[in-house]
Amino acid sequence: MTEQPQVPPADFQSYYGRPILKVSRWKEPHLPAYLFLGELSGALAMVGAAADVTGRPSLARAARLGAAAGAFAGGAFLTAELGRPERFLNMLRVAKPTSPMSMGSWILAAHSGLVSASAASELTGRLASLGSLAGAGSALTGPLLAAYPGVLLANTAVPAWHEAYRQLPLLFTGGAMTAAGAAGLAVSALSRDRPEFAAAGRLAFIGAAVESLAGYGLETMPGLAGEPYRTGPGGRMLTAARYLTMGGGVAALAGRRSRTAAAVSAALLTGGGLCAKFAVLRAGKASAADPKYVVASQRVARPGSQGA
Amino acid sequence: MTSDSMPVADGARNSLYGPLADVAADAGYPGSHPERVGFFTDTSVCIGCKACEVACKEWNGLPDPEAGALALTGMSYDNTGALGSNSWRHVAFIEQTVPSRADPGEPELISAVADGGATRWLMASDVCKHCTHAACLDVCPTGALVRTEFGTVIVQPDVCNGCAYCVSACPFGVIDRRDDDGRAWKCTMCYDRLRGGLEPACAKACPTDSIQFGPLAELREIASVRLADVQASGHPEARLYGADPDDGIGGAGAFFLLLDAPEVYGLPPDPVVTTKDLPAMWRWAGTAAAVLAAGVAVAFAGRRR
Repeated sequence: MTEQPQVPPADFQSYYGRPILKVSRWKEPHLPAYLFLGELSGALAMVGAAADVTGRPSLARAARLGAAAGAFAGGAFLTAELGRPERFLNMLRVAKPTSPMSMGSWILAAHSGLVSASAASELTGRLASLGSLAGAGSALTGPLLAAYPGVLLANTAVPAWHEAYRQLPLLFTGGAMTAAGAAGLAVSALSRDRPEFAAAGRLAFIGAAVESLAGYGLETMPGLAGEPYRTGPGGRMLTAARYLTMGGGVAALAGRRSRTAAAVSAALLTGGGLCAKFAVLRAGKASAADPKYVVASQRVARPGSQGA
Repeated sequence: MTSDSMPVADGARNSLYGPLADVAADAGYPGSHPERVGFFTDTSVCIGCKACEVACKEWNGLPDPEAGALALTGMSYDNTGALGSNSWRHVAFIEQTVPSRADPGEPELISAVADGGATRWLMASDVCKHCTHAACLDVCPTGALVRTEFGTVIVQPDVCNGCAYCVSACPFGVIDRRDDDGRAWKCTMCYDRLRGGLEPACAKACPTDSIQFGPLAELREIASVRLADVQASGHPEARLYGADPDDGIGGAGAFFLLLDAPEVYGLPPDPVVTTKDLPAMWRWAGTAAAVLAAGVAVAFAGRRR
């Protein structure tokens, strides 16, 4: 990773160095936890459906229960993030295509319903065909749930988020694969039907590659755009995420033969995925707190505009 | 010059970005809605009295920011600091050293002369811009933020659930969430006073007419005349900020005459509404979702073991 040339605008000025933007009110651990659990649930729903279709009942059962648990835990973090949690249902008051949070709320609501139905059927053993149908439906809401937070964050004035609108969705869907793969590896370390879980190891490996690639894309955004992902609290977290995820991806390859390797891989990948989410939140806050990121992105974009 | 002369182009595009002739009609109001109103804040005649801040807090009943804790910032006479959930007008104070001139231009702009230069004191009353393309309104998931019949943007406190999406979406850092009641708040352009046929409290209180309220089209004409006057009086650096319907937010409902670069006043130099890129963002998210589906398919395509 070579250092990018740092080119602050030559005539950079500010009002007593104060932020131009408000720093995001979204907090730790709520937002990173929601991002992680949402993508976990989304990918596990797909794993559950794929395992069901390909005749891997143990894996399907574990994935469906995990998808429901992830959706509800994620929803709890999301609700706790609100200034008025008791008004959570106002999210479903309107459906607004211009608001990724509105779209995401509807996606989460549909997804939660489907994974709950499929998990309930799995637990009770009743209405198996309806449970399978709900599980198949959740394989459609799953990728939407994993990908939309990239738009949620990018559709803001926060420079580090807005300028990363190409990379963020891939970071989250890659993270979805590693999170679900890691969950599968963790269960496989304890399971008697370990061959069924080989698919989880492969998914973890693919996800680690995609997630690392997206993280690399964030770090290498040119100039000031990528700086919050290279330095400071966001940069340190993303570096940690890179080593954990790459290490976990390598360990996933050995997870088929060794329970220990499967457990280690699961831990590394989960840690890497969480670090990546924390990195994104911290990079966003850093870029909103320093006016140079705002001025630089706007002076570069349209030099000689109304302010010049 | 005025937004009313703009032809109505492709509606879908203009709802997200670009000039928009009738912002209230775009929001669904019938043709009989009132004309769009706004603020023209001429900072060249601001005297920094903060009557606007006081009148705003009085009329809107805004609470003290930190329960009685008043702090001195050390930023000239600015102890408000920034716009926020409890400060809907904010007067900025900037002290500058500028070269002495034989003709100092309008004398009130130069407050003291020192060796080798003069001290220039810039004062400006900032406020919510009531953007033509308001990111806060676009991203609000509950419909709490709405466009009024006057073309302004307000929060409905009984609907807001405090998700804080608007806080990160505003390119001016205007709207914020109150820590105590958990909801987002900002300038309403005194919606209640507008409904009663009165001008907003800040404009009413301003003793120098630095804050002018009226139909936006008229204000833009007044501002272009005033800009020419100020520039001709020896201040070629004067400029309008937010008056252009072709800018990144489709023009502001509250615009300014500034005597220096916007960032000197704490304003973004060239803000662009984030929703301009929203279609591209969803396309990239769609690609990422397809990668996820492909990844799962490949993982399960192998042998059943």
